[in-house]
Amino acid sequence: MDRRTFLAALAAPLAASCEFADGRPRPATGRLLGPDMALGHRLLVDPAPAPTETLRVPVVIIGGGIGGLSAAWQLARDDVSDFRLFEMEAESGGNARSGENEVSAFPWGAHYLPLPTREGRSIRELLSDLGVLSGSIDAEMPVYEERHLVHVPQERLYISGLWQEGLLPRIGVAQRDFEQYRRFEDMVQRYKAARDRTGRKPFALPIRMSGIDAAAHALDATSMRDWLLAQGFDSPFLHWYADYACRDDYGTRAADTSAWAGLHYYACRDGQAANADSHSVLTWPEGNGWIVKRLSEWLQAHGAAPVQTRALCTRLSTTRTGAELDIFLAAEQRSIRVRAEQVLWAAPAFVLARVWENPPPGLREAAARVDYVPWLVANLTLDARPDDLGPAGLAWDNVLYESNALGYVVATHQAIRVKPGATVITWYRPLTDGSPREARMRLANTDWKTWVDEIVAELARPHPALPGLLKRIDIWRWAHAMPRPVPGFLRRPLSALLAGLDRPLAFAHSDLGGLSLFEEAHDAGVRAAQRVRRMRR
Amino acid sequence: MRHALLFSVFVVASCGLAYELISAALASYVLGDSITQFSTVIGTYLVAMGVGSWLSRYIARALVVWFVQVEMLVGLIGGFSAAILFLAFAHVNEAFRLVLYGTVSVTGVLVGLEIPLIMRILRSEIDFRELVAQVLSFDYLGALAVSILFPIVLAPHLGLMRTAFLFGVLNVLVALWAIRLFRETHSGARALQAQGVLALAALASGFAFSDRLTSLAEESIYADQIVYADSTPYQRIVITRWRDDVRLFLNGNLQFSSRDEYRYHEALVHPALATLPQARRVLILGGGDGMAAREVLKYPQVESITLVDLDAKMTGLFRNNRLLADLNRGALASPRLTVVNQDAFVWLDANPEVFDLVLIDFPDPSNYSLGKLYSSAFYRLLEKRLSARGLAVIQATSPFYARKSFWCIVATLEDAGLRTAPYHAYVPSFGEWGYIVAGRGAFALPVSFPVETRYLTTETLKAMFDFPADMARVPVEVNRLNSQILVRYFEDEWRRVMR
Repeated sequence: MDRRTFLAALAAPLAASCEFADGRPRPATGRLLGPDMALGHRLLVDPAPAPTETLRVPVVIIGGGIGGLSAAWQLARDDVSDFRLFEMEAESGGNARSGENEVSAFPWGAHYLPLPTREGRSIRELLSDLGVLSGSIDAEMPVYEERHLVHVPQERLYISGLWQEGLLPRIGVAQRDFEQYRRFEDMVQRYKAARDRTGRKPFALPIRMSGIDAAAHALDATSMRDWLLAQGFDSPFLHWYADYACRDDYGTRAADTSAWAGLHYYACRDGQAANADSHSVLTWPEGNGWIVKRLSEWLQAHGAAPVQTRALCTRLSTTRTGAELDIFLAAEQRSIRVRAEQVLWAAPAFVLARVWENPPPGLREAAARVDYVPWLVANLTLDARPDDLGPAGLAWDNVLYESNALGYVVATHQAIRVKPGATVITWYRPLTDGSPREARMRLANTDWKTWVDEIVAELARPHPALPGLLKRIDIWRWAHAMPRPVPGFLRRPLSALLAGLDRPLAFAHSDLGGLSLFEEAHDAGVRAAQRVRRMRR
Repeated sequence: MRHALLFSVFVVASCGLAYELISAALASYVLGDSITQFSTVIGTYLVAMGVGSWLSRYIARALVVWFVQVEMLVGLIGGFSAAILFLAFAHVNEAFRLVLYGTVSVTGVLVGLEIPLIMRILRSEIDFRELVAQVLSFDYLGALAVSILFPIVLAPHLGLMRTAFLFGVLNVLVALWAIRLFRETHSGARALQAQGVLALAALASGFAFSDRLTSLAEESIYADQIVYADSTPYQRIVITRWRDDVRLFLNGNLQFSSRDEYRYHEALVHPALATLPQARRVLILGGGDGMAAREVLKYPQVESITLVDLDAKMTGLFRNNRLLADLNRGALASPRLTVVNQDAFVWLDANPEVFDLVLIDFPDPSNYSLGKLYSSAFYRLLEKRLSARGLAVIQATSPFYARKSFWCIVATLEDAGLRTAPYHAYVPSFGEWGYIVAGRGAFALPVSFPVETRYLTTETLKAMFDFPADMARVPVEVNRLNSQILVRYFEDEWRRVMR
C-alpha cells in the first residue's frame, strides 16, 4: 500500500460522509435522446429542397429497422444485390436500436427474442446465418449457442417489499388465485395445442399464419380485461400479470388491448430448444441491437451496399411499372430523386400514408385510425450492481409489482466475465396513461430532470443504495413506438390494403400485422423481399 | 506528584515490555522459528535499552520536557510498530528483518531513556535509596502485568496490531499527564499538549486503520494468526500461519495448507502431464498461488506456461513475498512462465492459441458468477483450445461431500464433446477431493512418473481412478449458463455438510 492509497483509505469514510451528509446522492449526468424528431417532423412543416440529382436504383428499401434489414437479408440470400437501403435515423435498427458506453453495450428498445416457433423458420435461418443456432434449422428442438440464451436467474418480481423468482406473483397470493393461475394456464395450453381444419394454430407467430375465424374475431371484439372477467377470472394478481404482459409487448393496458392480442402473447410462443427450457429467450447485452449489428455485418460481407443513414423519404409516387422517391439527405442538406423498379416500404404505415402522392384508396383513412403508443426507455449506468444478495441476486429481468413501468433488464447479465463491477440497467415504461396523443405531448414537454427524479425514486424502493451508485442516466423518447392492438385491430383495413398492393411497392413493416414484434417485422420483410424477387422475374 | 510519577513508571514499563513481546511474536508468526525470533528481538531490545540509558547522560536540562517528548515518541513508534511490520511483511519482504530490528532498536533506545529520566526528575523529591527501590519495583511490576496479560488477553483477543496501538495510547496519556503535573513550573506546556493530542489522534486513527486491515470478528474466525490480509476488487485474501503451517484463505475458504498442498497439486498435475512427453505449452487457469506451476516446472519438456488469474494482487503476492514464494519455489518468477491477470473466460474467448495441457483450478462453483466457469459454454471453448492430443484437468470439488456436483462437472465436460477420466485424491485438510482429466480420446494412466513426487505412486494412481460405491456416478443434469444447475447441486450438498 503506498502513501496515497493509505491516505485515501483513511479519508474515504470521511469523504463518503460528506457526500451523503445532506441525504442527497451525487448528481448523475445524462441526456434526453430519441429519434430525430426535427428530421421526422420535417415532413409536417418544411417542404424538402428540390432534388439536385436523379439516381436509378432497381430496388429501394425505405427503413432500416428489423423489417428493412430482414428484407435486405432475404434479397442478399436470393442473390439480389442491386438494392439500396435508406434509413431516416443516424443508425439503423429501428425499435431494436442500441447504444454503448465504457461499461457495456445496452438496448434502446427491443431486448430479447423468444425461442423461434415452428412457423418462424426464417428466423431460425437468420439465427443460423448469425451463428446463434447450430445444427439443423428444422430440428424439432434446435441447439442454440449457450451464451446467447438468457443466463439464470432469468426474471424476478418485487412484490410486498420482497423479491421472488419468476413474474407470476406468489408472495401474499391466496389459494383461489393459484387456482385461477392454473385454470388460465390450462386454457393457454389448450390454445397452444388446438388446430383448425387446415391445421392452423389459433395463435401463430407470425399472426398471418393463425386461423382467424369467427371465434378469433369474437375474442378480438373484447378487451383482455373484459375477457378475463367474462371467463370468471377475478384474481387481482392474474389481472396484474395479464396487464403486465400487454404493457410489456404492446404498450397498452389489458383494458385497452384486444383479447385476441392478449392471448396471443401467451399462446403463440411454443418454440423449443434442445439445450434450454421453452421459457428461455435469446438475449444480448445490447438486446436485439446485437442482431442488428451482426445482420449489418452479414449484409456487408455478402456484398450489400452500406445503409444510407439520415436519409428521409419525403415523397413517393408510383406507376404500374415503377416508383419515384425524393430522399432528403440530412448530412448534405439536399434531396435526391430515386427512380426504382420496386420499393420495399419498411417504415411505419402513417409515414407511408403521408408521403405517398397516389396511394390506393382508403390507405390514408386506414392509417389515420392506427394509434401509436409512446415509450420511455432509460439506461442507467451504475458503479456496481444494485444488489448482490445471494446466488439468486440480480436477475436479467427485474419487475416491480406496483409500478406503471415495466422494470429493468441488466445489460451485463449475459457477460461471461466473472468479475463484478459497473453495470448498465435498462428501464422501460410505455406511456399508457391518457390518449397516445396526450402522452406524446407529455413526452415532448417533460425535461430530463423530471423523468430522472421519477425513475430514481421508483428504483430506490427496491434498491435504496441505487442513487449512490448512479453515474449517468440517458433517456430515450419513442414518440411512435408501436401501434396499439386495441379491440377490433384484426379487422383493420390497413393490413388488407397493404398485403396485396397492385403497385410495385411491398410493405415490409410490422405495422402490417399490427403487432410490433421482431417476428412480425422479420416476416413482413422477408415476404416483401420474396414478392419483389417474384415480380422482377 | 510522587505517586503519580511512580504510577507512570508502572505504565511506562508495561508499554516497554509490550512492544518487545509484540515484535517478537510478530516476527515468529511471519518468519517462523519462534526461539530464534524471541532471542534476537529480546537481545536487540535489551542492547538498545542499554544504549538509551547511556545516552541519558547527555540530557542536562529540561528533564520534564525531554521525558514528555520521549513518551510521545515511544507511543507513536511503539504504537505503529505492529502495523509497520505487517505492512513491511506484505510489501517489502526482503527488507523485513531490517525494518524489524530497526523498530525494535529505536523503541528500545527510547524506552531505555525513560527510567533514568524519571529517576532524575524524582531525585529532588525522594531519598536516593527509596527512589531506586521504588522505581525499579514498579518497573518490574509493570513488566509482570504485561507478561501475564499479553498471552492470555491481549494477543488472542485484541490482536497484535490493536495491542500495539493501545499501548501507544497509554504512553501518550502518560506524557499528557506529566504535562498537566508540571504545567505551572514549565513554560511551553501548551505546545507540548498540542503535540500529545496530535499523537493521540494519530494512534486512534491507526486503531481504526487496523480494523480496515483485519476486523476483530475476522481474526476470531481463523484458528491461526493472520499474517496477511487484504481485500482486492475480487476477493479477500487471508494468510495464516501456525508454526510451519501456512494457510491461504480466499473469502474465508481454505485454498491450501502448506502441510498437505503437495498432495492436492501433485494430483492435479502429474497424472495427466506424465502421459504427455510432447507437452510444450501449458495453460493454468486460476492457480494464482503458483503451486500447480511449481509441479509443471518439474518437466523439462514444457517450454512455456501461461497462468491466467484474475487477481493481480494474488499473483504479485505469491511471486514477491519470500514466505509464499518459498512455498511455490519461485514458480511465478520462472522465465518459462507468463502471468496474465484477466478473467479466464474472457481471455480464453479472445485468445485462439492452443495448449497441450490446460490445468483448471478455479474456486468452487458457489455462486452464479463462478458457475459460468463450469458451464458447457466454457468447456466448449476449452475444447477448441486443446491441441490435437491435448488434455485438460479440472479441479471438481469433492465427490464425497458434493457427489452430484462432481458428476455434474463430468457430465458437462462430456456434453461439450470431451472424453473424461474422473479421479480423486485424499488431501487431509480438504478430505476426499475430485479431479477430471478431459481430452478428445480415451485417457491411459501413466506407467511411471518421470519427475520426483512426494505423494503419487503408480500404484496409488490406480486406486485414484477407481470410485468406491459411495462416490460412484449418479445421474445429473448438464450445467449450462441458462440453468446453472451445478450451483444448486453445490449449495444443497455443502449446506448438508456444513450445517
